Amino acid sequence: MSLLRRSTLLRNGLLALCGLGIMLAVTEGLSDYRNTQLANIAVTVCAVAGLTVLTGLSGQISLGNGAFMFVGAYTVGLLLMHNPGTNNGELVLVLAASALVAAVAGGLVGVAAARLRGPYLAGITLALALGLPALPEYSHFQGKLGGHAGLNFLAPNPPGGMNFFRWQAWVCLIGAVVTLFLLANLSRSRVGRAFRAVRDDEISASLAGLSVARVQILAFTVSAACAGLAGGLFAVINGNVLPSGFPISLSLSLLAAAVFGGLGTLSGAVYGSIIVTLLPQWSYDLAHAFSMPDRVQLNLPQAVYGAGLILGMLLFPLGIQGGVRRIWALGRNALRTKPAGN
Amino acid sequence: MTFLNLVISGAANGVVYAAVALALVLIWRSTGILNFAQGGMLMFTTFIAWDLVHLHGANYWVGLVVALLAGLVLGAVVERVLIRPIEGGPPINPVIVTLGLLLLLEAVAGMIWGSGVSSFAPEFSLNDYHVGHQLILFSPDYLFIVLAVLGVMVALYVLFQHTPIGLRMRASAFNPEVARLLGVRVGRLLTLGWGLAAMVGALAGVLIAGTQPGYINPNAFDGLLILGFTAAVVGGLDSPLGALAGGLLVGVIQQLLDNYVSIDLDSFYTFVVLLVVLMLRPSGLFSRTAVRRV
Repeated sequence: MSLLRRSTLLRNGLLALCGLGIMLAVTEGLSDYRNTQLANIAVTVCAVAGLTVLTGLSGQISLGNGAFMFVGAYTVGLLLMHNPGTNNGELVLVLAASALVAAVAGGLVGVAAARLRGPYLAGITLALALGLPALPEYSHFQGKLGGHAGLNFLAPNPPGGMNFFRWQAWVCLIGAVVTLFLLANLSRSRVGRAFRAVRDDEISASLAGLSVARVQILAFTVSAACAGLAGGLFAVINGNVLPSGFPISLSLSLLAAAVFGGLGTLSGAVYGSIIVTLLPQWSYDLAHAFSMPDRVQLNLPQAVYGAGLILGMLLFPLGIQGGVRRIWALGRNALRTKPAGN
Repeated sequence: MTFLNLVISGAANGVVYAAVALALVLIWRSTGILNFAQGGMLMFTTFIAWDLVHLHGANYWVGLVVALLAGLVLGAVVERVLIRPIEGGPPINPVIVTLGLLLLLEAVAGMIWGSGVSSFAPEFSLNDYHVGHQLILFSPDYLFIVLAVLGVMVALYVLFQHTPIGLRMRASAFNPEVARLLGVRVGRLLTLGWGLAAMVGALAGVLIAGTQPGYINPNAFDGLLILGFTAAVVGGLDSPLGALAGGLLVGVIQQLLDNYVSIDLDSFYTFVVLLVVLMLRPSGLFSRTAVRRV
């Protein structure tokens, strides 16, 4: 028990394995439709977890993580298109490549980002989110990147005749759990403490020997890698990538998920991702129940993201996880004070 | 001659970017907040004008004036209801709130007017002028755009520099505490400042909507917001004249790149220009070097 208390790696590793085991067992009983939803939630978790670490821990904001998803998705698209017959073992390498390429792109933007503050950083990452998906339409890239029609490719077949949708859910869940595991360790490590130090006071951090710029670039790179993996998984489960699949609203919905869950908390990233992924379906059901016109139903999720971002900031700045923690703390205090009262 | 023509038409577009930049600069100067919702606000007011003119047969000028008034009211309400409560908090909060407002406005516009594209007919001709046999890439509509934006800029200059209320507005932007002690109603002036800024944005929206058939759409103004932001950053984010210079520069650069490289990369250039400017001079090309407060 004491070993578990002391070793973050061991504790998080066990948690991740347990979580993964339960999830994988659950996919057995789910319908194809539910498994697809689960896969989409897992994809969103990867991207939101990276964003929540960047914004919540290192204090930088990025509205451009949709652009890094774009980079990851096109990496996977190109690799799978040019290597048909990729097997499942090689898929791991392909997905790692998507994270790596996005990390390089993130590092490049991070160099610029480290010099920028709040609104400047938000503005340039927003410009990135708008500008990068235009690249495939450039006439000289059209041959390679497929232009407007995007890329079509075949994802590897499930091993041993496993159900296709269940297999998709497995791939994405493993990706999400690995991401959460690595980020949880990172957050409890020297690097995570450096992130927080830089967030709280840059001058003190640099006096304590930290290179502020380097820490910020690292945080940006990590967050881009997570978004890249999310994009790669997205490509694998869809079998195609389109330039129009990465609008600004995608980047902003990632931010909404991070804020809903509570910035800086990984469990919050999970709640936020569940909400953001299931919201379109809920709004569809709601619209049907009240027979709303199509244009209302189609825009309802985005209206909820917008209103949620505003209300979240005005009323619940700590998000869902902040509420959970408060209840947890109240319960614990009640338990502790009882014996003393007796 | 082609080059000169590209510069002229780029500068004419740049005037609209300058108006958006001005809307951002006015708010940044007084509150230190970058209003990411500006793109959504001017989209919404443009839709109101379009609705009046094209669905209810109103005169173009009635539509324009209603859009400006709607901008004034929207800006004031946003400041009062959404921005006031989070003032003085972490700087990331207003960024998130204004982005939330952007999403909300786009969604509501989509609910009311649908997500398809619509055209806003301009009041003046879009046919280019000829000087002798030489075509000039400049039309009566663009002449109107340039005059309208410059007129608003002059009006704002007079308001800020030569009226008592302008003096109070400058005082409350410069030092809110001292201004409050001297009896200036700082809160009200901030509300007015947001209203005026949103009004300038509303003007930019109606003006640019007429320049291309099929321009209007709930998401069509995202690019205009980024271009306005780039123009404002190039101009140093706190100077109205810098906003004009930045807008012209961004408009000309965009037009030249569109023509000599490729128009497909149009939205990517904005990112590149912004990146280059921020790497070379993070505080903008035209601003005095500012010391960052920590």
